[in-house]
Amino acid sequence: MDLILDGITKAFWLLVSFDPEVLGITLLSLKISGSATLISLFLGISAGALVALTRFPGRRFVVGLINTGMALPPVVVGLFVTIFLWRNGPLGFLGILYTPEAMILAQAIIATPIVTGISLAALQQLPAKLRLQILALGATRAQMVWILVKEAKLPLLAAVMAGFGGVISEVGASIMVGGNIKGYSRVLTTATVMETGKGEFDVAISLSILLLLLAYSINVVLTQIQQRERPR
Amino acid sequence: MSLPVPVFEARNLQVIRGGSLILNVPALTIADGEMLSIIGPNGAGKSTLLQTLAALIKPSCGEVLFRGQKIGAEIPMLAYRRKLAMILQEPLLFDTTVFNNVASGLKLRGLKRHEYEPIVVKCLDRFGIAHLGDRSARSLSGGEARRTSIARAFATEPEVLLLDEPFSALDPIIREALLEDLEQVLRETRITTIFVTHDRQEALRLSSRLGVMMAGEILQEGSPQEIMKRPVNEFVATLVGIETIVAAEVVRRKPDTFVASVAGHEIEAVGGSDAGEQVLLCIRSENIALSSPDTEVPPHPKNFFCGRIKKITPLWLHQRVQLDCGFPVVAYVTNQSLTAFPLAEGMEVAVSFNPTDVCVIPNGSIVKTGNQ
Amino acid sequence: MRTISCKLRIGSVITAIMVLLGASALQAQEKTIILATTTSTQDSGLLDVLVPAFEKKTGYFVKTISVGSGQAMAMGQKGEADVLLVHSPAAEKQFMADGLGVERRLVMHNDFIILGPAEDPAKIKGMKSAPEAFKKIAAAGSLFLSRGDNSGTHAKEKAVWKDAGVAYEGEKWYQQTGLGMGQTLNVANEKKGYVLADRGTYLALAKNLKLDLLVQGDAVLLNIYHVIEVNPSKWPKVNSKGAKAFADFMVSKETQDTIKTFGVDKFGSPLFFPDAGKKVEDLGK
Repeated sequence: MDLILDGITKAFWLLVSFDPEVLGITLLSLKISGSATLISLFLGISAGALVALTRFPGRRFVVGLINTGMALPPVVVGLFVTIFLWRNGPLGFLGILYTPEAMILAQAIIATPIVTGISLAALQQLPAKLRLQILALGATRAQMVWILVKEAKLPLLAAVMAGFGGVISEVGASIMVGGNIKGYSRVLTTATVMETGKGEFDVAISLSILLLLLAYSINVVLTQIQQRERPR
Repeated sequence: MSLPVPVFEARNLQVIRGGSLILNVPALTIADGEMLSIIGPNGAGKSTLLQTLAALIKPSCGEVLFRGQKIGAEIPMLAYRRKLAMILQEPLLFDTTVFNNVASGLKLRGLKRHEYEPIVVKCLDRFGIAHLGDRSARSLSGGEARRTSIARAFATEPEVLLLDEPFSALDPIIREALLEDLEQVLRETRITTIFVTHDRQEALRLSSRLGVMMAGEILQEGSPQEIMKRPVNEFVATLVGIETIVAAEVVRRKPDTFVASVAGHEIEAVGGSDAGEQVLLCIRSENIALSSPDTEVPPHPKNFFCGRIKKITPLWLHQRVQLDCGFPVVAYVTNQSLTAFPLAEGMEVAVSFNPTDVCVIPNGSIVKTGNQ
Repeated sequence: MRTISCKLRIGSVITAIMVLLGASALQAQEKTIILATTTSTQDSGLLDVLVPAFEKKTGYFVKTISVGSGQAMAMGQKGEADVLLVHSPAAEKQFMADGLGVERRLVMHNDFIILGPAEDPAKIKGMKSAPEAFKKIAAAGSLFLSRGDNSGTHAKEKAVWKDAGVAYEGEKWYQQTGLGMGQTLNVANEKKGYVLADRGTYLALAKNLKLDLLVQGDAVLLNIYHVIEVNPSKWPKVNSKGAKAFADFMVSKETQDTIKTFGVDKFGSPLFFPDAGKKVEDLGK
């Protein structure tokens, strides 16, 4: 119990004193996971809309793949991305292994299926005739998709929050492709694992608390948008 | 003098889904300002027809012409869709205010706020929902939502209005009020309208032209009176509310009429069928008179026979009497007549009707389309 | 008409982002060195002092990837690292024999110690011979925690078992954690078992541990660190210039002095002993 209290106290002091290393780690976590979530938002909602609203042979198989993708183990993604980004690997010429960019890539790969799968379900559960009605009002296909996305705002924002949650908490792939390099690719999750490994439990706990606070504050904002009061 | 170009002309229209033909309309023409009602049972293809005319479904073969232009080829799809408005069974309003809902069609066409605001205000007023402008669409009652969806359709000033069972989910009082309003607006604006419903009362009330659909085909088309008097086959007869349909064999010919025999009774009907022919005789329930078996002055001397009352079902304005005369007969009796001549189940009564009220369908007649 | 044009726009935006990111990474290629080292070296904190000094001096950017010795050498084998700082002499010798490294230089050493519960059920406290101590642990069937992860520490441990001539694989009292040194120490602490650890990690965690230092000083327990430059002839992408610069730095007088005093103020004794230029046989004397 003392350990946890120590951790909370340390977290408080780290925050209040704006300890530069911790601040750097926190901002980096936000930057990397934020970018990955943004990318997955665009890719995921587009892909989800495409699959939800069009018919094509093998559609059910594709939906199965997407749903499986939601359960894709992040550490597996990390392993494969590392192998591809190795200097002598197929994408080695990019030279981005052990960089924050590689972490954004890996996290985007983890988050996109999650956002796609939930967007797919969100759009599929809109009334079937709604599409017809929107087209009959004179919408172009693009306008129609935009209106459907707005109508499914509630579950779509849940998709974004799920995607963000999946990557802000991710550690396995981040260590593998990022290298946990001090001041460069070290984020809250990888730092927590490292400090735990070193036995510095109070530091690990304080980092965990910061991570929770960060996740909470982002989700508060997203929840606000999702649940914004409708006109009476 | 050339005929004005019809608003719609469908040729050889077919829609195939999952291997079966769900719509098969060789020809259909709708003139400017005309109001066509289409009735039929569920699954008859009414919605499919409507959606194909709206270019929301691509037909497997055939084409639709709008004012003489091929849709898709000579007139672009988007431009065409923006000339029409469609109202579906559910209001399908968007999750925003009533005002924004009614404005949505105009916003899609790129109008700015200062351009669409006066139009929307006028529309809200016209349909009696001006006081609901700021309300969320989710908080509306059934009737209010329906009005909003109608206002939304009319806001874009369409050339054609397509309605797919718009009032089926409403209670009778609301339905009545909305029908009145719609009737009036249509009369004022003279918009070409296609109205699909499975309620024949609504169809009869709103239009001068009726189409009866079944299994993807238009069985019969014409004025309601015509179809009611001369249904082309048994399905149509049932759909327009004929409840007494009797299969009989013609026994002899008379100058303007013939006599057919069924279950030991002889029925005289107007028509030219020859002896030996199998026919279906249809009599509308309101044209059947019931009287006491030993009445001195039968209402219709020519067709007069006895039967036993099997069941009396009270309906709102009259009673539905099911009888057995050797063949089933259904008659409607007004409440007034009942006070003069009370009826009870099991009673023996006399059934009579005029030969001119008998409509003849040659038995085994195939479904015909477009007898125009 | 579909949202294809919309998606094309989105797709091109994302491609642009990735290209820009990749481009910025590409520019720094020549000035980047990948240093593969072990978790225990990283956790000691020594590199947090040395690497920034090196970077400041030379302008190189060092990516320190701390993994087990086994993985570090595998990275060198595949040309995915430029320079290695490891402490697994037998494997290193094989590495050089296979022509995978161009230069291997002694940097420093610390030593391993045998830790155990205060009760010391196998009665090994104060023993001078590590293999003998292991023999007694096996005879007593006392719980022993191994890292089991092909790290330098694990390799040393296996060598001692071999010296002791004792069977330990699959025995009930022998448990492998597969974890780093710090975590393995925590497990040993919790479960009151014996464990072989490097002095550096022990000193860093001593305040949290209830384990006692039972055996030390045996020459076989020396933990020797070398810096190896990976051979670029097989893997042209290896930054051999940077690797040499780093290796030179590690054996330079300045760095050796830093190593000599590292940890004294925090733990009372240094964590490492600088050895650049010496012969391996002379160590520990």
